[in-house]
Amino acid sequence: MRKEHEEFVDSFEGQLPPSIIAEIKDTCPASVTKEQLKEIVELTLGLYKHCRVNAGECVGLVSAESIGEPGTQMTLNTFHFAGVSEMNVTTGLPRIIEIFDAQKEIKTPMMEIYMKPSHNDLEKVKKFAIKIKEVVFGDFGAEYVLNIFEQSMTIKLNKALLSERGLSSKDLAAAVKVKSKGFNMEVGNDFLTFVHKGKPEEIRQLYDLREKMRPVKIDGLKGITQVLPVKRGDEYIILTLGTNLEAIFEYPEVDISRTMSNDIHEVYNVLGIEAARQAVINEVFKVIESQGLNIDIRHIMLVSDIMCITGAVKGITRYGVVSEKASVLARASFETPIKHLISAALESETDRLTSVVENVMINQPVPLGTGLPGLITKLK
Amino acid sequence: MVDVYLNSRYVGTVDDAKSFVEDVKDLRRKGTLADDVNVFTDVASNEVYIMCDEGRARRPLIIVRNGKPLLTDRHIKQLEDGEITWTDLVHQGVIEYLDAAEEENALVAYSDEFLTQDHTHLEITPGSISGVTAALVPYGNYNPSSRLIIGSKHQKQSLGFYAANFHLRMDMDANILHYPQMPLVKTKIHDVMNYHEHPSGQNLVVAIMCYDGYNMEDGVILNKGSIERGLARSTYFKPVAAEELRYSGGLVDEICVPDKEVKGFRTETDYRFLEGDGIVYPEAKVRDGDVIIGRTSPPRFLSGSDEYNLSAGTRRESSIVLKHGDRGVADFIVLSENDEGNRLVQVRLREERIPEIGDKFTSRHGQKGVMGIMVSQGDAPFSTSGVVPDLIFTPHGISSRMTLSHLIEIVGGKMAALQGRFVDGTLFEAEPEEKLREELLSLGMRDDGKEVFYDGRTGKRMLARIYVGNMYYLRLRHMVANKMQSRARGPIQLLTRQPTEGKAKEGGLRLGEMEKDTFIAHGASLLLKERFDADRVVLPVCDKSGLLGFYDARRGNRAISALYGENSEMSDIEMSYAFKLLLDEFRSIGIYAKLNLKDKY
Repeated sequence: MRKEHEEFVDSFEGQLPPSIIAEIKDTCPASVTKEQLKEIVELTLGLYKHCRVNAGECVGLVSAESIGEPGTQMTLNTFHFAGVSEMNVTTGLPRIIEIFDAQKEIKTPMMEIYMKPSHNDLEKVKKFAIKIKEVVFGDFGAEYVLNIFEQSMTIKLNKALLSERGLSSKDLAAAVKVKSKGFNMEVGNDFLTFVHKGKPEEIRQLYDLREKMRPVKIDGLKGITQVLPVKRGDEYIILTLGTNLEAIFEYPEVDISRTMSNDIHEVYNVLGIEAARQAVINEVFKVIESQGLNIDIRHIMLVSDIMCITGAVKGITRYGVVSEKASVLARASFETPIKHLISAALESETDRLTSVVENVMINQPVPLGTGLPGLITKLK
Repeated sequence: MVDVYLNSRYVGTVDDAKSFVEDVKDLRRKGTLADDVNVFTDVASNEVYIMCDEGRARRPLIIVRNGKPLLTDRHIKQLEDGEITWTDLVHQGVIEYLDAAEEENALVAYSDEFLTQDHTHLEITPGSISGVTAALVPYGNYNPSSRLIIGSKHQKQSLGFYAANFHLRMDMDANILHYPQMPLVKTKIHDVMNYHEHPSGQNLVVAIMCYDGYNMEDGVILNKGSIERGLARSTYFKPVAAEELRYSGGLVDEICVPDKEVKGFRTETDYRFLEGDGIVYPEAKVRDGDVIIGRTSPPRFLSGSDEYNLSAGTRRESSIVLKHGDRGVADFIVLSENDEGNRLVQVRLREERIPEIGDKFTSRHGQKGVMGIMVSQGDAPFSTSGVVPDLIFTPHGISSRMTLSHLIEIVGGKMAALQGRFVDGTLFEAEPEEKLREELLSLGMRDDGKEVFYDGRTGKRMLARIYVGNMYYLRLRHMVANKMQSRARGPIQLLTRQPTEGKAKEGGLRLGEMEKDTFIAHGASLLLKERFDADRVVLPVCDKSGLLGFYDARRGNRAISALYGENSEMSDIEMSYAFKLLLDEFRSIGIYAKLNLKDKY
C-alpha cells in the first residue's frame, strides 16, 4: 500500500480502533485508488458506528441477565471422561460460579498439554504423560510384610513401575531417607526393609512409618494426579487432573503457546492478567457450549473485563468487584448492608448517586437510556 | 454369631441367624407373637433387627410357601360367604404385614403367574403398588407415571360431597357440588372406599375437537345449555367469626349494633343487615363492605383525660366487615364459646357458584384446563343423533402428555352410558379396550368412538369425524370468583406507604427486582421512576445540615430545620418514602446521612 494511502487510513485513528485500521491496511490490494480507499474507509466507519453500543445502553445489566437467564436452565454438574471414572470435571452452574467468584481452590483443576510437532506421535506422548504424572512412594509398594518378632517391615516393590520410571530401589531409599529417621534401612534389589534402631517399642511405629512414607513424591510433577493422552484433531494432547503450569513449561517438548490450565489464578500468576482475562472467557464459554446454551460471547467478555480491570483477578463477590463500587448504597444493597454503611460512615464517604441502584432507591430517574441526557446550559 | 437388635437396641447374639429369623416369623404367623412384629436380617453387617415399635409403614402380602400362595380358593369362598374376615386371614398366617425393612428380605411376586420356588410373598393385587388416590385413575397403567401423579393430585382438589353433615359444619373454604355422580368408568378402589357415598364429579359428554381455538393451551369449552341445567354447579361456604375478647381491667368486647358515638363508626347503611343482637340476619345478601357481625371494643389506652369522657365515646368500633371482593348469603349462624370461655359468634356465608369463564376443570388423567368460553347450546356442535357435547377438549392436550387412559375412558364411558353398566378400569386389571370396542359396536355405534358432527353455527357437516364419549369430569376448587382482582389506586401500608399486598387487602401486583431490570435494560428510566412513584413524597430538607426538616403549624406551616431551626434555607426534595425510612434507620444506628443538595438544572 502506498504511503499516502497509509497516511489517509491512519488519519482515522481515534474514530476506528487500531485493529480495524490494521485490517484495512492488510487486506486492501495495492492497486486500490484513492477514491476507492476513501469509500472503503467511510463504509467501514459507518458500519463500525452502527455496531457500537449506544450511549446510555446498560450493557452490564443486559450481560447479567443474558448470562443469568440461561443459567437457570443449566443441568448436569459434572462430566465424565469416557472410561476414566476418576476424571470427572465440574461443569454447569457450579463451574460458572467458581469462575465468576474467582475462587482460589477450584474443584477440578485441569490442564490441556499440547506437544510440539516433533513430539507428536502416540508413543512419545504416552511416555511423556507417564513421566509427568506424580508418583508417590506408596505407589511403588506391592506388598508390606510385617515381622513382629524382629520388629521389621519389608516392602516388596512393584518392579514393573520401577522399570517404567527408570528408577531403582536405591532411588526410593534416598527419597524416604529423611522420613524414615530412627529406622535402619536395608536396600535390596526389589525390596526395602526397615528395622527400628535401638529398642523396639511398639509395632504401631512401623505402621506410622508406612503412612508417613506413603505421600513422599518420587517422580513426576507435583499436583498432577491423573494423566490422559487423547487425540484431538490430528494431534495428541494430554489432559491432566491437577495443574502445574509453571513446571510443565520447563519441558522443551511442550508447546507453551497452547498449553493451558483451567485455574484462573494459576494462569494469572504464570502468564499474567491478559491471559487470565482470556482464560475466564474461554472457561465460561466452554461451560456454556457444553450445556448447549447460546450466550453472546461479548457478554462474557464484559464480565471478564470487569473482573480483570484492576490488574488482578477479582471475583463478582462482595470482596471483589462489588467492593470497588463507588456508591455506598449500591454496595449496601448487595450484601452485608450494615457493615458497608458503618464503614462508610466512619470514613465519611460521599455517595454521588451516579449509578442505577442508588437512584432506584431514592426514586430518581436512573442515569441510563432516557434518563441519561441532561441540560448543559444553566437555566436563568 | 449374629448380633440381635430389638427396636434398634442391642439385646444379644444368636448362633444361627437364619433359623432364628425363621422361628420369629413362624411364631408371628402362628399368633404367638403379635402380628406387628417385623424381623430383618442385614446380611452385609451380619445383624438381625426385630422391630415392634410404632411409626413403621407396613403393607399386607400373601405368604407363599414352596411356590404356592397360602391363600386358596377355599379362603376366597369363605370370605365371600362371610364365614371369615380379613383379620382371620392374618391370624391364620395366610396374610402378613411387612415393613420397609422386612421387605428387603422378601421376594414378592407381582402376580401368581410369575410365582417361582424362590418367592416368599405374593401381591394381593398388582394394583397395590399405587396409593389410594392414584388407584382412582381408571386405566392408570396406560399413562406416564408423571400424569398419574398429577391426576391423583387433581382429585384431591375436586369439588364433591365431602361430608354428609356439611350443612352443620363451619369448615373453612368448603365447596359442595350440586349433583355429584358416580363415575361410569370406575376402579375397584372406588367400590372399596364407598365412592358412591361421596362422589366428586359428573359424567359429561366430551368431544375431542377444536372450536375456534377457545380451547387452545389447555382450555376447555363448556356448553352453556348444560351449565344452565345445573352442570358442575356448586356452593361455596365461608365462615366469618367474631369473639368477645377480654382485656385487662375487666373490659370486654361487645357484640352489638355499634352506637353512633363509637369511635370509627361506619355509615348507617353498612349496618343495615344487622339484627338487634348485632349479628346479620339469616338469608341476608351481603357483599364487601357490609358488616356481618357488629362489635365494639374498649378504648385502647385509658389516659387521664379520657376517663372523664362518657364510656360510649371512647369505645372503638371493631366490627367484622366482609373483605374486598367477597359476597354471599348469610346461611347459618352459630353462637358458642371458645376455649377461654369468650362468647363466639360464627356466621357461615353461602354463595352459589355457577361455572364461568376462568373456572378450572379436569378429567382424572392429569388433563386440567380452564374454561375459555361458554358456547350456547345452539352454537355448539352436534352429532347425527343430536347429541351435543357438554365439554370440548383440545386434541393437542393428548399428543405431548401421552395420557392414553383419557382416550380409553371416552370409549369406556360411552359404552357404559349406552349399555347401562359400569366399566371396570382398575390399575393393571381393567377391562381390555378391545372388549369395550366390541361392546360399543354391538350397541350400534362405531367401534372407534367417532361420530359424524355438524357445526352448530352453520349447520355444515364437519370434515372429520369427532371422537366423542362420556367422561368423568371434576370441577376444581380454583375458581376465578375467588381470585379475580384489579387495582389502580388503593390502600397503602402504614410504614412504607407502598401499596398493600394480596387480594383481600385490594393490593397491587409487585413490580419486582427482575421486572425492574427490564425497564432499565430498555433504557426507560422515566417510566421506571413513574412505576415506583407509589410512595413518592416531597419533604423539606435543610440545606445546611442535610437533614429532614418538618412543617411547624405554630409558625405558619413553615419548614423548620431540625438542627438550625429557622436559621437555614429549606428545600423541598422529592424522594421515595421508603428512602426517607432508610434515612431514619441510618440515624437510629448513629449514622449521620447528610444530603448534599445541588440544583439539578
